Amino acid sequence: MGTLWFWIVAAMLTVYVVLDGFDLGVGIVYPFVARTEQEKRQAMHAIGPVWDGNEVWLIAGGGTLFFAFPLLYASSFSGFYLPLTIVLWLLIVRGLSIEMRSHTHDSVYKTFFDATFFLSSALLAVFFGAALANVIRGVPLGADDYFFLPLWTDWRTGPNPGILDWYTVLGGVLALLALALHGLLYLALKTTGDLNARSSAWARRLWPVIAVITAASVPATVIARPDSLVHYQEHGFAWLAPAMVVVSLATIMLSLAKRWEWRAFLGSCFYLASMLVGAAAGLYPVLLPTVGSEGHDITIARALAGPHTVRVGLVWWTFGILLAVLYSATVYWLFRGKVPEHTEGYGH
Amino acid sequence: MDALTLHRIHFAFTITYHYLFPQLTMGLALLIVALKTVALRTHDPDQRERYDISARFWARIFAVNFVLGVVTGIPMEFQFGTNWSEFSRRTGGVIGQPLAMEGVFSFFLESAFLGLLLFGEKKISRKLHWFAAFMVFLGSWISGFFIIVTDAWMQHPVAYRLMPNGTYEVTSFWGLLMNPWAWLQYAHNMSGAVITGAFVVAATGALYLLQQKHVEYGRIFLKVGVVAGIISCIAQIFPTGDLHGKYMARHQPAAVAGMEGLFHSTPGAPMVLMGQPSVEKQTIDNPLVVNKVLSFLIYGTTTAEVKGLDQIPRDQWPSALPLLFYSYHIMAGLGTYFAALMVVAGFLLWRGKLYSTRWILWPILLSFPLPYIANTAGWMTAELGRQPWLVYGLMRTSEGYSKHVGPETSLFTLLGFLGMYSLLSILWIVLVYTAIQKGPKAPVVDEGHDAHTLTTA
Repeated sequence: MGTLWFWIVAAMLTVYVVLDGFDLGVGIVYPFVARTEQEKRQAMHAIGPVWDGNEVWLIAGGGTLFFAFPLLYASSFSGFYLPLTIVLWLLIVRGLSIEMRSHTHDSVYKTFFDATFFLSSALLAVFFGAALANVIRGVPLGADDYFFLPLWTDWRTGPNPGILDWYTVLGGVLALLALALHGLLYLALKTTGDLNARSSAWARRLWPVIAVITAASVPATVIARPDSLVHYQEHGFAWLAPAMVVVSLATIMLSLAKRWEWRAFLGSCFYLASMLVGAAAGLYPVLLPTVGSEGHDITIARALAGPHTVRVGLVWWTFGILLAVLYSATVYWLFRGKVPEHTEGYGH
Repeated sequence: MDALTLHRIHFAFTITYHYLFPQLTMGLALLIVALKTVALRTHDPDQRERYDISARFWARIFAVNFVLGVVTGIPMEFQFGTNWSEFSRRTGGVIGQPLAMEGVFSFFLESAFLGLLLFGEKKISRKLHWFAAFMVFLGSWISGFFIIVTDAWMQHPVAYRLMPNGTYEVTSFWGLLMNPWAWLQYAHNMSGAVITGAFVVAATGALYLLQQKHVEYGRIFLKVGVVAGIISCIAQIFPTGDLHGKYMARHQPAAVAGMEGLFHSTPGAPMVLMGQPSVEKQTIDNPLVVNKVLSFLIYGTTTAEVKGLDQIPRDQWPSALPLLFYSYHIMAGLGTYFAALMVVAGFLLWRGKLYSTRWILWPILLSFPLPYIANTAGWMTAELGRQPWLVYGLMRTSEGYSKHVGPETSLFTLLGFLGMYSLLSILWIVLVYTAIQKGPKAPVVDEGHDAHTLTTA
């Protein structure tokens, strides 16, 4: 049961990264690829009807984590207090930037909301990447299963890490660039004209950088947390995840060369998903590893909520998530197709 | 200030601010469905057009408030973990369930159908568009239900058992959802949300009629607002408020004694209409009372004894007693005023004089902020009444906060939220004010946010 919930939560967060990832990515690349007001509008239209639905996966994933593994929720959320609060502020600023931009006609305000949209999207990507790297590296858990991390220390991993050290910064940079590529491929898929051409061109330039950092992340992870490979050694099929990463990267490269927009974007979806599944496989059956001497790892077994809770939860969760997938699919289907260059205003 | 106080202020501030938005969106969602229903059922094309435009106008206002509700709502989920980690660790196996259900059942539904409601009018049929409005309404009301189930478990814990490691687990899923406290509180809370929606819609109508602008819409708004207002204001007092009060008196006598300022057990207890409670002297200063009414309201007889604070151990008294007393009296006083105003307006509507009677249009216009105050005071009554318990009778508030998060850190993020939310308030006022000034028929030049495919429509 615990293993099942581990993968349910991992799957929900993966869906979140794949979906909200592209609209975060659009925010990151938007100042670079959308030059005219017309193109900015086109880029905004591409994410307009779906971005808030994408963000729901974060909230629903967080809620699921809370109910299935209360101990993990309590420990990690209070431990990462400051960065999580900053994430909240960034989510607020970003949601408002998108909403406000659509309500103003003054170019000064539009420029301002463009800037806040870019900054909040980029910082969110960095924070999410760094957060995942923190979990992989481990935190100094106390005997009571709680911890509190300073924002930065001497940039070294080891018994007394900070939230930002060389490894988590690497995680942040990887997330920033990977989501930027994801956003570029989405824009290429959803737009026409100059915006489409520029997005593809930037994606081709970004691809080799991603390939290099992805390759570097493997030895880096083993240095930061040698235990990462234990599960891989015990269960050979876990290697499927890194294999998928390589296949996805190759797919993206090939599709970019052949101008297959759909395949390139799908490649990027699979790339993000397999990176995350690979990380989850490296953690399993631990949820939050400890570094230092005092505490012990928070494992699935220790953090799982009571048996009745998780049994009943499985029934409604299955039912609810099927409905959720149905709604999301309907919205994506209704707003399918490319955004034309000359979009007229309508809206609410 | 100590860490506990700061964590409490932190949560109280962010949740009070958050609830300014859902109370309007939950109420408006119902009124939008009502407008869409009239539009769908009428055969007169002019009439239909006017109701459709009205629904579209309020859907736009809904959207602004919805976005603010979402962005201020995410911090609430996070804060259970960040600021109240010990509470989350121990009760997550119970309250995590309704919170996760809210995410899975309600948010997906709301976000998907809100997109359709706002962007899909020309892409889907009239009936499907009505359906989208209905699903948005359903989603927002389901969301409210799960939140109240969560709060009701803290007010009146049911269907739980204590596990060996000190955490709580649900023993019956249906027991948790069928908590009687939850249903009473839900009915009372939702009629409060409809009151906010009705007053905002009616006030906008009154403004248009007083300004002699958008007059035909002013009439529609006023009519819909007053009809919904009468029903919800009366339901708010009887039966929902009455039943909730009686249930509370049985299960949280300390809270009721605090709300009423009843320091001593009294047979034939009076109802205090006004006064200033003094915890030190254990009296009410300058009291204005109606004899025997409290006993009658709670027990149905004028002679029954109502339990006073003297029968409750001092360490279980509500910790902010005067604030609890005032919150309750503001809520009840305003509720009475709302019902009176709406009944008079309803009478004038029935006699066909409402639209031209300026002396009633002015109070309707000026009263729109009051439901926000009443709903906030209502929540403060519920939550202050629960103190000093975090989970009534099981866990004290002082046990639940994040002990590893110091007061300095909590103060810092509290200031951050204060700053951020003051900016939000300015943006909100500007947006809503502009939308109302432009009126329902304003040409929509909004772009960037909407759906590209609509251009083909």
